[in-house]
Amino acid sequence: MNSLIYKVGANLLFGILLVFSVFMLLRGHNEPGGGFIGGLIGAVAFIVYKMSEDIAATRAVLRVNPEYLAVFGLTIALIAGLLGVAFGDGVFAGQWIFVGATAETKGWPISTVLLFDVGVYFTVLGAIVALVLEMERHL
Amino acid sequence: MSTKSKRALVREVEIHWLSVVWCASLFALAVLFLFPLSEPLRWTLDWLPALGINLSFYIDGLSRIFILLITGIGAFIFLFSGNYLRGHVHYERFFLYLHLFMIAMLGVVVADNLITLFVFWELTSLTSYLLIGFSHREPRARRAALQGLLVTGAGGLCLLAGLILMGIAAGSFSISEILDDQIALQDHPWVHAIVILLALGALTKSAQFPFHFWLPNAMEAPTPVSAFLHSATMVKAGIYVLARFHPELSEADLWMPLLATAGVITALLGGVLAMKQRDMKQMLAYTTLMALGTLTALLSQPDAAVYAAALTFLVAHALYKATLFLSVGALDHALGAKKFRNLSSLWSRHRPFAVAWLLALLSLAGLPPAIGFIGKELLYDGLLRSDGASLWIVIGLLIANATMVALAFAQAHRIVRPSRSAIATPFATAEIAGPVVLAILGIVLAVMAGVADPLIRDALEPTSQNAILPLGLWHGINAALGLSVLTVLLGLALAVLHPRIYRALNRIPGFSFDRSWDRLLKGFVWFAETLTNRIQTHRLSTDLSWILTTLVLLGIAVVVSHDAWPEFQWQSAPLKLWLITALICAGTLLSLVAQSRIAAITGLGVVGIGVALIFILFGAPDVAITQLLVETLLVVLIAVALLNLPSLPKQRGIRFGHAVLSLAVGLLISVTLWGIFATPLDRSLTTYFEQTSWPEAFGRNIVNVILVDFRALDTFGEIAVVLTAAIGAIALLRDMRVRRR
Amino acid sequence: MDALLAGLIGLLFAAALYQMLSGHFLRFLLGLVLISNAATLTVFVSGRLTIGAAPLIPVGENAPIGAVANALPQALVLTAIVIGLGLFAFTLFLAIRTFRRLGHLNANAAIHDRSASKGPTA
Repeated sequence: MNSLIYKVGANLLFGILLVFSVFMLLRGHNEPGGGFIGGLIGAVAFIVYKMSEDIAATRAVLRVNPEYLAVFGLTIALIAGLLGVAFGDGVFAGQWIFVGATAETKGWPISTVLLFDVGVYFTVLGAIVALVLEMERHL
Repeated sequence: MSTKSKRALVREVEIHWLSVVWCASLFALAVLFLFPLSEPLRWTLDWLPALGINLSFYIDGLSRIFILLITGIGAFIFLFSGNYLRGHVHYERFFLYLHLFMIAMLGVVVADNLITLFVFWELTSLTSYLLIGFSHREPRARRAALQGLLVTGAGGLCLLAGLILMGIAAGSFSISEILDDQIALQDHPWVHAIVILLALGALTKSAQFPFHFWLPNAMEAPTPVSAFLHSATMVKAGIYVLARFHPELSEADLWMPLLATAGVITALLGGVLAMKQRDMKQMLAYTTLMALGTLTALLSQPDAAVYAAALTFLVAHALYKATLFLSVGALDHALGAKKFRNLSSLWSRHRPFAVAWLLALLSLAGLPPAIGFIGKELLYDGLLRSDGASLWIVIGLLIANATMVALAFAQAHRIVRPSRSAIATPFATAEIAGPVVLAILGIVLAVMAGVADPLIRDALEPTSQNAILPLGLWHGINAALGLSVLTVLLGLALAVLHPRIYRALNRIPGFSFDRSWDRLLKGFVWFAETLTNRIQTHRLSTDLSWILTTLVLLGIAVVVSHDAWPEFQWQSAPLKLWLITALICAGTLLSLVAQSRIAAITGLGVVGIGVALIFILFGAPDVAITQLLVETLLVVLIAVALLNLPSLPKQRGIRFGHAVLSLAVGLLISVTLWGIFATPLDRSLTTYFEQTSWPEAFGRNIVNVILVDFRALDTFGEIAVVLTAAIGAIALLRDMRVRRR
Repeated sequence: MDALLAGLIGLLFAAALYQMLSGHFLRFLLGLVLISNAATLTVFVSGRLTIGAAPLIPVGENAPIGAVANALPQALVLTAIVIGLGLFAFTLFLAIRTFRRLGHLNANAAIHDRSASKGPTA
């Protein structure tokens, strides 16, 4: 697309949308949000960028093949599930560590559940971006 | 025969002797451990205990008889085959199939669970298919194998149905429990169905009328296979099932008439057809039919004496039939033909072999001192003493037995008759050993009745074990002896008339079930093709219409069969909902009537947003956000693809048929939903999730917690699906690039 | 309220199936989108409708206060929507490829041209 306004706006929007997608991902456990929504917003971010630049630039910004990104996400999700077994629980049972917990504060919660959600994020993001980029390439 | 390498031939010998030793050891083990058998042996391996299906095994008197027959005769079969098939290109394969069959057959007779029995039953059918079709390059062998498989397979399905019904009716799938149970199955309302289905299974497997036509064709198999499967063991599987369930079901109304009729008809039919054969193997096949018919008829009677007669007859038949088949095979191998005239002057050419053959024929005819005689005696004795047996069974079996005498005489006559071309022919020892031993066994068992007696007696129920006379050659002059004499006289008369009967029978064109078989198969295939072409027309509208019409009809059937209509209350909907509904309807209408693609997609977008608004209205923020995002992406995808897709075709008016069908399905779904609303909802899961989401899963967004914590495994599956769909879609496009010319 | 939505869902199914029966692949695609939406709504609505209250636990509480929307069908529907997108993308690409190969998207056409019927190696 040749519109200068769009080009400038898209660059800004791209960064904001990416940050927003991560925000929605991390927010999901306690507020509306989550891995699926984050991944979809991330995909939209890349599509916005793609419409202002061309495919090569989008792939360069992405740095890795989107298909690999998607499979990476699936693998992380699987690892998150197997960690449950490693800790002696069932498969996909969430394991929680509260870093720096004291009597008053709860501390920072880190869990396999978050890892799983991150896996979902990457899978959805990778799959949709791969679809759109592939279509552009052939048409 | 192709020449095999020296190493291959050595391996053949190894396989040969290994098989014989293995089989003989099994037999020895059986003899060692199964005599005496005070308590039945059991062993169980849990398989699906929740359904009552286990791999359970159980050895009692009846199984013992079969085990000894299978392993004992099997050892000689292996011995024979090693020599008979020496140098054959598929030698190893043959032995593999034969071993598999033996295991399957053993499994049938020691199975204690109805389903285990069925599994091994089907295995015997399968291995029989492989063995009959062993010379797979011959079209006749292939046809015979397929015919056998289809007939016994169809019977197997009936058997399965019968076994399952029996298991449910008796409350247990364990055979020993069913037999121990004092609740008589014969009073159960399902007993008629069970008897018919079980009988169908047994009758197809044991080649009884009208399913007898596959057995003569199975003679396409190599001779050792015929000797093992189609005389001594596999066809007896049906008899085994009848014998096994005889205590439970023999009093049932349908049991006796069904089995007696089939048995006697088969026996007589087999006799008539045997008389017109010139090929020895075919004649033996038809006499097997006769024997199986006799066994079926005997098992139709509930008396213990007749049951004992059946078992004795079974043992006798296995012994002499295996001998005869192996003898024919040895003769064929040495001389290259199976016609009767080759028997000439066997007496002078190889005396031991001829003696064995004659002894087997003695047993076939039922003359003393062979065990066949004891079998026939018990047969007459039992039938005469029992109350229920009608006279016509006795007459029918008498005629059949007489025919057997005639056929035996015809063969014996040729063996002993001197011929001009009496060249000494070398017969392989490995091939003759079997017939000789088995024939002698047939005499020994009869003379030394003390060996055979416990074998049979233990197979009866404890209460009736004293009801039969001890086995022996001489029981004094009684009615049974008289009938035996009558049989022999009649048989001799038939033997004298045999040449004339043979010529007469060969002149009449017979009706053959076999010829109709090909027509039946062709008709079946034609029916399947026509039906498929009618329904699967490769036109999207027609295929889809078929599916939807069926759905609507099913739905109507369900709705109509409901007596009580659910009550539903009309809750007034807020104005917002009405507006959203209007919006969705407008969008749908737009996508339906639009001629331009952009307008249609816009309509879809409106519908999507309307659905998102519904989600927001009813408290589903996550879902609403996802819906909006997916809607956006959908539009993006279509927008890019539009360049490569054609424009929409012009709509020429409304397609009324399709409209009616669609509205019907829509109405069906609405009615289903109304029905759902009227029934109370089980909220236990939801309450559980609501209560434990924070305390145990540390999350306040319950929906997300369900997705990534409580039901994480399901979500994992779902992202795998998304990934797979994406990969598939990408593959579609990539592939296209490369192939375009 | 429920009844109105049930009727709406029925209409959506009817419209979607009408499109799918038309015999043109592009219309089939439009019908596919509609039917996905309708199916999504069906599952959501079966969980019974509660106006306005999202299934979120307020800070400081252990369980949601008052009657909130049924969380379970929402979870089911969320993944279904995303998978629906994947399915739609696949079908769309299939349509593109079919159009490239056959030159038309008429699903009611007479049996495929020879090259296509020879199987995957064609």
